[in-house]
Amino acid sequence: MSQTEINHNGGDAKNIRNAASAGNAIEVRDLRKRFGRQQVLDGVTLDFPAGQITTIVGPSGSGKTVLLKHLNLLMRPDSGTIVIDNVEVTKLGATGLDAVREKFGVLFQAGALFDSMSIFDNVAFPLVEKTRLTRAEIAERVHETLKAVGLEGMGAKFPSEMSGGMQKRAALARALVRRPKILMLDEPTTGLDPSRTGAIHELIRRTQENFKLTAVMVSHDVPAVFQVSDRVAFLHNGRTHLNGTVAQVMAADDEVFKRFLAGKASGEENETALAG
Amino acid sequence: MAERLGALVIDSVVQLGAFVLFLVSAAFYVFFPPFKPRLWIRQIRIIGADSLFLIILIGGFTGMVLGLQGYNTLRRFGSDGALGTVVALVLVRELGPVLAALMIAARAGSAMAAELGAMQSTEQIDALTVMAINPVQYLVSPRVLAGVISFPLLISVFDVVGIFGGYMIGVGLMGAPSAAYFNGIADNMEWHDVMTGIYKALVFGVVVTWVCCYKGYRAERMATGVSRATTEAVVLSSALILAFDYFLTSILL
Repeated sequence: MSQTEINHNGGDAKNIRNAASAGNAIEVRDLRKRFGRQQVLDGVTLDFPAGQITTIVGPSGSGKTVLLKHLNLLMRPDSGTIVIDNVEVTKLGATGLDAVREKFGVLFQAGALFDSMSIFDNVAFPLVEKTRLTRAEIAERVHETLKAVGLEGMGAKFPSEMSGGMQKRAALARALVRRPKILMLDEPTTGLDPSRTGAIHELIRRTQENFKLTAVMVSHDVPAVFQVSDRVAFLHNGRTHLNGTVAQVMAADDEVFKRFLAGKASGEENETALAG
Repeated sequence: MAERLGALVIDSVVQLGAFVLFLVSAAFYVFFPPFKPRLWIRQIRIIGADSLFLIILIGGFTGMVLGLQGYNTLRRFGSDGALGTVVALVLVRELGPVLAALMIAARAGSAMAAELGAMQSTEQIDALTVMAINPVQYLVSPRVLAGVISFPLLISVFDVVGIFGGYMIGVGLMGAPSAAYFNGIADNMEWHDVMTGIYKALVFGVVVTWVCCYKGYRAERMATGVSRATTEAVVLSSALILAFDYFLTSILL
């Protein structure tokens, strides 16, 4: 099955091709994770093509947040493999993981800005801690990045003095300031009103194009998020149920996905214990 | 029943292991570059300098009570000349380290647990990790180091202020002989007594910062997570201060 074709997995991850593709920034193979009796990821297999925005959607408990935590290396899987920028990360030690972490930036659901620092210091933080740039070079890069996310001149403010949308922009600036190859976004529009949601989606699209990024986004904002996505992966019961371009997934004749889109998730889905 | 008991034992051993490894890791990263003197100084200010007023206040009142009680008790035996020795020894060997440590745990320890707990619940600790910054090295090691430096200094201040508080009440108010107060201290206080207090201060500095950082760092990501972590941090560090005090006293006597 070609990468541009839809993967209608039907719960069998092995149906998806195993061969690694040169065009993929991230490749996930048969990923499994269990918490107690709950099998949250049950053999997820998924490719994230370089230079595209792939959005992971699915009902609560489908495992999308847990999957993202594996991709940003905050969790280790029970089994399966993850290849990020041609490095297999699941067996790496602390030093190896840190080297891979240099390649991506993460926008957390709540922004995760440091309360005690100004926006300038928040954005400058990864550069101060992890590079040998001079103060002047750091200041220039921070101003440039703040300008790119529409926060020019706001560096002196503290997170508590900013609206939710502005905090998301600042957090995005911090994720981008080291010019990563990959950007991971966890529910970037949570808690925002519809107009701010649209603005953040537009910003993500523009940023991805300007910085030529591979973006992995987890979102519940369906179907609005499809407007900024190149590809969609639909997780269901811990597996990749659908995977393809937005047009392919939207055109798929799949009852589970249609029920999800219509907001008619089954009782079983709603009762799934773990958030995801 | 047996299964549950087994699971409980295993869970307790795992948690104890994680608790001990947390301290080992924090201590290791104190000596492991990159060194962050800016963070050390900030934490010394928060734990040390910001606790100074409280320590002076509590130390003063503790000494005053000792002066009052000590004078009334010693006078019955005609030994009111030993007031300075009694006040100083009780403060330096026992009350100074324990009371000051309890006060610092309540003030700086609770703040430490609450701050790290809030950072955990708002994913700030995860943010450090994904930026390839070791959160234990960045957040915990400077606090443990600051505790080791600040506690002996604060406890020394507590002792000195307490001794003067005892003098103020015992000599100034109750009429104990003035010259005997400080001469008694100089004649009877040994270097070993001072070092006993310092050893205790060092251990309490580690215990309070270790427990409070651990509880905050491991706070549950829910509405009650931070408050529970803060309460547990203060209760556990207070209990451990008293337990360690007993063992240290029995070793150092």
